[in-house]
Amino acid sequence: MLKPQNMQVLQNQKIAQDTFELKLTGPQVQDMTEPGQFLHVMIGEGWEHVLRRPLSITDVEHHVVTVIYKIVGKGTRALTEKKQGDSIDVLGPRGNGFPYQTNEDQHILLVGGGVGVPPLFYLAKKLVAQGNKVTTVLGFQTSSAVFYEKEFQGLGDLFITTDDGSYGHKGLVTDVFERIEKPVDLYYTCGPKPMIKAVTNHLTIPGFMSLEERMGCGIGACFACVCEAADTKDEKGYRKVCQDGPVFPVEEVML
Amino acid sequence: MDLSVKLPGLTLKNPIMPASGCFGFGREFSEFYDLDKLGAIVIKAATKERRYGNQTPRVAETSSGMLNAIGLQNPGVDKIISQELPFLERFDTPVIANVAGSTVEEYIEVASKLSETPGVHALELNISCPNVKEGGIQFGTDPELAATLTRSVKRASNLPVYVKLSPNTSDIKRMALSVEEAGADGLSMINTLVGMQLNLQKGDPLLSNKTGGLSGPAIKPVAIRMIYEVSQVVNIPIIGMGGVTCAEDVLEFLLAGASAVAVGTANFRNPLICPEIIEELPQTLSNYGYNSLEECVGRSWKHVEEQSSVSRT
Repeated sequence: MLKPQNMQVLQNQKIAQDTFELKLTGPQVQDMTEPGQFLHVMIGEGWEHVLRRPLSITDVEHHVVTVIYKIVGKGTRALTEKKQGDSIDVLGPRGNGFPYQTNEDQHILLVGGGVGVPPLFYLAKKLVAQGNKVTTVLGFQTSSAVFYEKEFQGLGDLFITTDDGSYGHKGLVTDVFERIEKPVDLYYTCGPKPMIKAVTNHLTIPGFMSLEERMGCGIGACFACVCEAADTKDEKGYRKVCQDGPVFPVEEVML
Repeated sequence: MDLSVKLPGLTLKNPIMPASGCFGFGREFSEFYDLDKLGAIVIKAATKERRYGNQTPRVAETSSGMLNAIGLQNPGVDKIISQELPFLERFDTPVIANVAGSTVEEYIEVASKLSETPGVHALELNISCPNVKEGGIQFGTDPELAATLTRSVKRASNLPVYVKLSPNTSDIKRMALSVEEAGADGLSMINTLVGMQLNLQKGDPLLSNKTGGLSGPAIKPVAIRMIYEVSQVVNIPIIGMGGVTCAEDVLEFLLAGASAVAVGTANFRNPLICPEIIEELPQTLSNYGYNSLEECVGRSWKHVEEQSSVSRT
């Protein structure tokens, strides 16, 4: 039977503008083997925050899981107050991650935007470990929002873009695609919907995307995080991001 | 302590059940605990045809609460009967099916199909969903319409019918009396309160449906007040709900006049909340000096009546 469990906070530090890196440890880390899955994290002790927040897994090393989150409201702001030694109630890992196990000796493109960057790091590590060549394109709003540049640099070619041109290439992630060494066999993407839309429109090779949506239960019961199936004849007509996703083949759901 | 409760058409092991819409069709929660532990299971609303519901965002957190505007997404009554309900037959827990629709005819069709389904023990008439353009709340804010609908569904079904009342009305007692008069076997109350949250950056409503139903601990005092008022004027039992998070909340609902209690939003934060409350309930009741559920139900006003009759004599 599944059960939410407490995890211990090892570190909760700011790594970029409004962006925090949270390191947790607990017995459930051993189940976090699939990049792209998320932790459904309880905010605070009382009932002020009634909903958990889905935070995707950024990395797993030994008994430590790293998640990166951005302050977008009161809940994520409250999460920044957690200190080393505090506990956090965690449900997870949840959801279906990136399918990666069959990829070997391929050239794989990773495209991340803002808070969509984190799950691609764990994925990149897994792909490189399996002998794939990885090229990463990361887009941020501005230079102060950039994070994990060094970490990704160690895993292959890296391109960084910013909306305002204050760091890296000025413009969209898709603007640097022509500079990527060809051929590319496969891509994985995660970020804001308009970015994912641009990426999937741009690329014709097979791809997978990880979607973000406001969630309720995070286990598939409440139907809050639903997206439309791309196939109009699809039997269900929808997919639940928390339970069927958050990772989907790019052609499976409508953006 | 005996926690069992007898309601029209239902014998509950205990007074606790998940609220409709907060539990899907049970499958997901069965990965967390044995659903045999529950007093009853109330499944997500069924409509005649499949409904996709509203665009996202469909939920937003508020202080001690949340707004939702799912929009009655469901696969349609036929699929619910063929694909969802069989799963629940393995549990020794009565199933209450929530019925929704846009027209009286749709309610009748859905209700009669569910009534013929083995494993469905009662119907909950959803006349209070604030998140759909047609049906739902229009029946829940007009006492005459609500009565007509209740009467029609009662005629079409041999199962007990619990009418789920909306708090978005100026006179909840009138609504309750109207559906009781029309033959309702029980009441469920309260559904969510209509609310709105704005996106500070964009300046527009955060939910794509603009408004949503407010639930969670924030609405508990409203639910307690309405159950307190309604339970004094009707003779049918009430399944109380609205912001329940712990056994003490359950006690408060019983004292207000509810005979059983549904847990909604709290399931999202803690999927094990229902069995945890069931386990804590006997100790909580005895901590406050109660030895049975019956002595709690409606005590908030019965107690006062007793006292005033004592002072009169």
